[in-house]
Amino acid sequence: MSAAPPDDALAVRCRGVTKEFGANGALTRALRGVDLDVPYGELLMLVGPSGCGKTTLVSIVAGTLDPTAGDVVVLGQDLVAMGNGRKVKFRRDNVGFVFQQFNLLPALTAAENAAVPLLIAGWKRAAAVEAACGVLDRLGLGDRLANLPSELSGGQQQRVAIARALVHEPRLLVCDEPTSALDAENGRITMELIQQVAVQPGRAVIVVTHDARVYSFADRIASMEDGRIDAVEVRSSSGPRAGAGP
Amino acid sequence: MFWIAWKMLVGNRAKYLGIVFGVVFAALLIAQQASIFCGLMSLTVSQIRDVEGPDIWVMDKNVQFVDDIKPLSDTELFRVKSVPGVAWAVRFYKGLGRARLQEGTYEQMILLGLDDATLVGAPQRMIVGSIADLQKPDAVIMDDAGYKRIWPGEAFRIGRIFEMNDRRAVVVGITRASRTFQSFPICYTRYSRAVQFAPPERKVLSFVLAEPEAGVSAAEACRRIEGSTGLQALTRDQFIWKTLRYYMAKTGIPVNFGITVLLGFLVGTAIAGQTFYLFTVENIRQFGALKAMGTSNWMILGMVLGQALQVGLVGYGTGVGLAALFGFASRTFTRLSFFMPWQVLAITAAAVFVIVLVASLVSIRKVIVVEPAIVFRG
Repeated sequence: MSAAPPDDALAVRCRGVTKEFGANGALTRALRGVDLDVPYGELLMLVGPSGCGKTTLVSIVAGTLDPTAGDVVVLGQDLVAMGNGRKVKFRRDNVGFVFQQFNLLPALTAAENAAVPLLIAGWKRAAAVEAACGVLDRLGLGDRLANLPSELSGGQQQRVAIARALVHEPRLLVCDEPTSALDAENGRITMELIQQVAVQPGRAVIVVTHDARVYSFADRIASMEDGRIDAVEVRSSSGPRAGAGP
Repeated sequence: MFWIAWKMLVGNRAKYLGIVFGVVFAALLIAQQASIFCGLMSLTVSQIRDVEGPDIWVMDKNVQFVDDIKPLSDTELFRVKSVPGVAWAVRFYKGLGRARLQEGTYEQMILLGLDDATLVGAPQRMIVGSIADLQKPDAVIMDDAGYKRIWPGEAFRIGRIFEMNDRRAVVVGITRASRTFQSFPICYTRYSRAVQFAPPERKVLSFVLAEPEAGVSAAEACRRIEGSTGLQALTRDQFIWKTLRYYMAKTGIPVNFGITVLLGFLVGTAIAGQTFYLFTVENIRQFGALKAMGTSNWMILGMVLGQALQVGLVGYGTGVGLAALFGFASRTFTRLSFFMPWQVLAITAAAVFVIVLVASLVSIRKVIVVEPAIVFRG
């Protein structure tokens, strides 16, 4: 095993993270003291059975859920100490999301959907859509820019979702089961795109997945069981990419 | 972001039309019923409005509205004339007469007797004949609606004869007059003739119409008349409002229309609110995704309110437009009274605003409390 990277090379640093839902008799412990490091330039996969806490952990790392206890430092910022307003801004500026169900807005075209993070950031509509068109073009959807999600295949919809996640060039990309709604071929293409386009020296990618067919795309695989990380398997021969850090 | 909100809203046509329908329904019902109410109320004062010229109406102190005739003695005219500040005053008769037509049928009519010398209060919009023809023996002028009611389908023709109180009346002119609350034909004649057409009574003077001298306000002149004569003297506007207040307070008309308006408001709120809520619930994951991507609660609030406002504007415009269309169309083939003043539009706008606010409040709570982490749940 290689030596632990310095803190400034880590995109995500979690220590003793716990999360409890409910109260008193109905208390559920989703996370039981999780420690996790994700260096810049790495594609980390979180795997494990349903209910093991993967989604809870990734929600906390993405800043959409508060932990009950523990430290969470993402991109050098302490999410636990961060107020709700700052966390919203943090997500807007730094985090890209790819969801299992794509969550595209059905009334918007592919280009408009991909432009949403820029619109949230306050860009003018025309400029945002133009930038989104460029990203979609890189993802091979240059000829489907004006199509509504209902006019696209599942694989194409997921590519639009990836374009939406990357259009504002976030430093952390969070993908929740990105291949589970796709067939094997589209799943492979989606992971190839994430690996080619999203994994970069200044960015970390966390993928939550059940899909063993895509494990080969990971640099490391963290296996979870009952709210804890059981094992971390290093898959990439090269390890974390060089030049990492903010 | 408001553009996204708008696209989300109109993207689901069925839901969008459902929400708009609720608002249109409410706006249409509220505006239409309120306009019919205003139309009906305007009928109650149409005869005051039609008497152009004099600013002051003098009557018995117990008169409550324009049709509540409590006759005065003829000498009251001279008492009013003698009040300082009164430039002139004339007699005005108002009552109901029963006309016996040549066909042998009877017709109830509103009989208006104008001052013989001046014809103050005469109709202003003659269709056939001339006001001056009232000076001819037995002359009467009828309103066009009354003429059509008595002789349906027949062309306007002067020279028609009928009897009132065994006295001969000759139609010398036809005028346009505002419809009245009772919808009876209106028959204008000279005061001296009107008292002969009417059933015999000891006192026959209905009103004294007066005008203040230059430099004296109508209100001031009214005060002086009341002080000097003990009669009730009202300006034209005061008499209109007194009559309106009487009908609103002493009849069930406002309650009946109010119930319909309230029903329109409640049903519209229910339809719009429920559909808007379903629309929000259906899009809750999209709102969650937007929140996860960094949209603040304030922006989400603005988006939902923007959607509600857009629905409100479209629903309001369509609703009052349809109500106006209904009113315009009904003028040609019904005798429905319809009057849509700006106050009706303002009240309807306020009601629609409340409807969309209530409809959106339930939805706002839903989207504000939704956690962005919802998007990670399958």
